[in-house]
Amino acid sequence: MSLVDIRGVHKHFGSNHVLKGIDLAVEPGEVVAIIGRSGSGKSTLLRTLNGLESIDAGEIEVDGTALKAHQDSAEQLRSLRLKVGMVFQQFNLFPHLSAGENIMLATTVVQGMDQESARDTAKAMLLKVGLQDKFDAYPDQLSGGQQQRVAIARALAMSPRVLLCDEITSALDPELVNEVLAVVKQLAAEGMTLIMVTHEMRFAREVGDKLVFMYQGLVHEYGDPRELFAQPRTPELASFISSVM
Amino acid sequence: MTVEFSLWALLQSLADGAKWTVALSALAFLFGGATGLLILFARMSRSRLLRQATRVYIEVFQGTPLLMQLFLIFFGLSLAGLEVSPWLAAAVGLTLFSSAYLAEIWRGCVEAVPRGQWEASSSLAMSYLEQMRHVILPQALRLAIAPTVGFSVQVIKGTAVASIIGFIELTKTGSMLANATFQPFLIYGLVAASYFLLCYPLSLYAQYLERKLHVSR
Repeated sequence: MSLVDIRGVHKHFGSNHVLKGIDLAVEPGEVVAIIGRSGSGKSTLLRTLNGLESIDAGEIEVDGTALKAHQDSAEQLRSLRLKVGMVFQQFNLFPHLSAGENIMLATTVVQGMDQESARDTAKAMLLKVGLQDKFDAYPDQLSGGQQQRVAIARALAMSPRVLLCDEITSALDPELVNEVLAVVKQLAAEGMTLIMVTHEMRFAREVGDKLVFMYQGLVHEYGDPRELFAQPRTPELASFISSVM
Repeated sequence: MTVEFSLWALLQSLADGAKWTVALSALAFLFGGATGLLILFARMSRSRLLRQATRVYIEVFQGTPLLMQLFLIFFGLSLAGLEVSPWLAAAVGLTLFSSAYLAEIWRGCVEAVPRGQWEASSSLAMSYLEQMRHVILPQALRLAIAPTVGFSVQVIKGTAVASIIGFIELTKTGSMLANATFQPFLIYGLVAASYFLLCYPLSLYAQYLERKLHVSR
């Protein structure tokens, strides 16, 4: 069975039908890049995977924890979110906590780790993202790229089965994009399952195992990124690729 | 018949009255703050009934003059057979008044915390109470300090209406002295100056906090 199973997912925002029946399976260790024009539903799809958006029809299953339309109790959401980490475009670090405390908050409060082990975990995670000397720095003392790496460390500290990345380099200055992508690439190499909405086409082609092209609320094309970039099967993907590359 | 008062005696009487103004303000502010916190949580709870009830509570206290609220408590309770002293009626009235305003001020601060903070803490599997306790309220508190200190100035000036139900604080002391000395301009000038002395440091402090908290984290 797949690690992530998305079956027949529909989502409306008022009269706007954003997701029109999404089916997608993600295997353990896969890196899935979701691309598409703004408004194609790619971010919404990602956000349904940890219950930040509810769904109107269909089912989402992550590592045995299922979420159905209109069945998302606090308990279900909690057990889903323990398995799914998320990194956001705007970093969303907690500004009143240091980098280390940002990482320690959920491991202590949610997972019940003691301070000592939480501190060790946080240090290990900061080392992983190359910020071992920033434990006591506050978010506003860090560059955007550093903040995003702390956000990745914060998500990883919870040992998620899947990491969702929602346009995590879009808010960064161009010269800071690579340090974040390098961290993601390293995670992919270590076998982390990644689902990322991205505008970094080169990165999607190099690091992605699967490419999902969303178009008007549907998965329009799905397959090997190198093949799809070289030979798009539909005119929509062809025109999208030529407009962004 | 006119009684002669030395300026010193006048100032002493006013200082006595000012003590009660400060006491009433402090009491209203502390109890109002505690009640306001409860109202805040009810106002943001998931229960529709609680939300509606607190909305009505807040609208009533914000939408009617403080004076009418004091009249209703003072005269209304005695009609119901409860003998209330002006002191108690003023304290209860100002507490309720402050709680309604503080709850609204603080709700604004909670809502000013960016949505991304809720989303990030949600995606870390934190529960509503954990989010509030560790992520939202610490940030809202920082935003709330300056407007809360600012509101305390309103409470101090608000205590003046307690004079009308006979509570002897700064304003009431002033009007009694004015009647006795026939020097209303001097007396009320001194009363106004006293209020200013109480309020101005708080206003300055609120401005200072506002600047300081905006610059730093």
